Amino acid sequence: MRRDIFQAIADPTRRAIIVLIAVQAMTPNAIAEHFDTTRQAVSKHLKVLTECELVQPQQQGREIYYKLQIDKMKEIDHWLEQFRKIWESRFDQLDNLLETLKKQQQ
Amino acid sequence: MKHNLQFDFEADKVKNTLTIRREFLAGRQLVWDCYTKKELLDQWFAPKPLTTKTKSMDFREGGHWHYAMVEPNGNEYWGWTDYIKIQPIDFYTSTDAFSNAEGEINESLPRAEWVVTFTDKGENAVVETVVTYKSLEDLEATLQMGMEQGMLATLEKLDELLVKLTGRE
Repeated sequence: MRRDIFQAIADPTRRAIIVLIAVQAMTPNAIAEHFDTTRQAVSKHLKVLTECELVQPQQQGREIYYKLQIDKMKEIDHWLEQFRKIWESRFDQLDNLLETLKKQQQ
Repeated sequence: MKHNLQFDFEADKVKNTLTIRREFLAGRQLVWDCYTKKELLDQWFAPKPLTTKTKSMDFREGGHWHYAMVEPNGNEYWGWTDYIKIQPIDFYTSTDAFSNAEGEINESLPRAEWVVTFTDKGENAVVETVVTYKSLEDLEATLQMGMEQGMLATLEKLDELLVKLTGRE
């Protein structure tokens, strides 16, 4: 099943995990310490985030560290950028309309 | 011709809101009219190359706006806005939805709450639009609808235009 990036960040705990590991890669145990939840629940969230390629597990010695994939986060910004352009286009037209109306009023 | 007008576009991924702030070279009353009168809304609301067609509009608290965004090939995408609170010429709040030509709301597509506020900035007006979605998935679904509606078909042209325009500043 293809996991959706927006589905991944729709969950508040997963968003908090993202914020946490944005600063530095962390082990599941270290991440779990920050939440009032079980280690299993955190593992489940990490699994979803990994499937969306938002985080990447990296083996370091005996521990696995989870690292944020910055490029994937940028995908979300890309979506928003397109939305921004829709509004820009819309406002351009409103500028023109206001210009016309002002001329009519004079 | 083109002025350096304020334009802020902020997404809050925690609160699921989009805040869009834009300054216009006109007084508040005129800008208010453009947002609240169908014959004016029809001239700007749908981004190019789409055009806006109002089927019915009753701008009052409890009233609605039923409209279509029309593609150059004639395809119509219907929308329905419910007006909740109106205080001329300061603000209005509304709920948007996707619908059909009969005005039946498509419940499977996301709805969003809009708060549209009008303020003075010298002789200009600033409009702040805060759109709140239930979730980020809703926001994404709305974006995807936008894609399908061909809103982004002319983006490259728009980019060129923007480069030209900003080059003038």
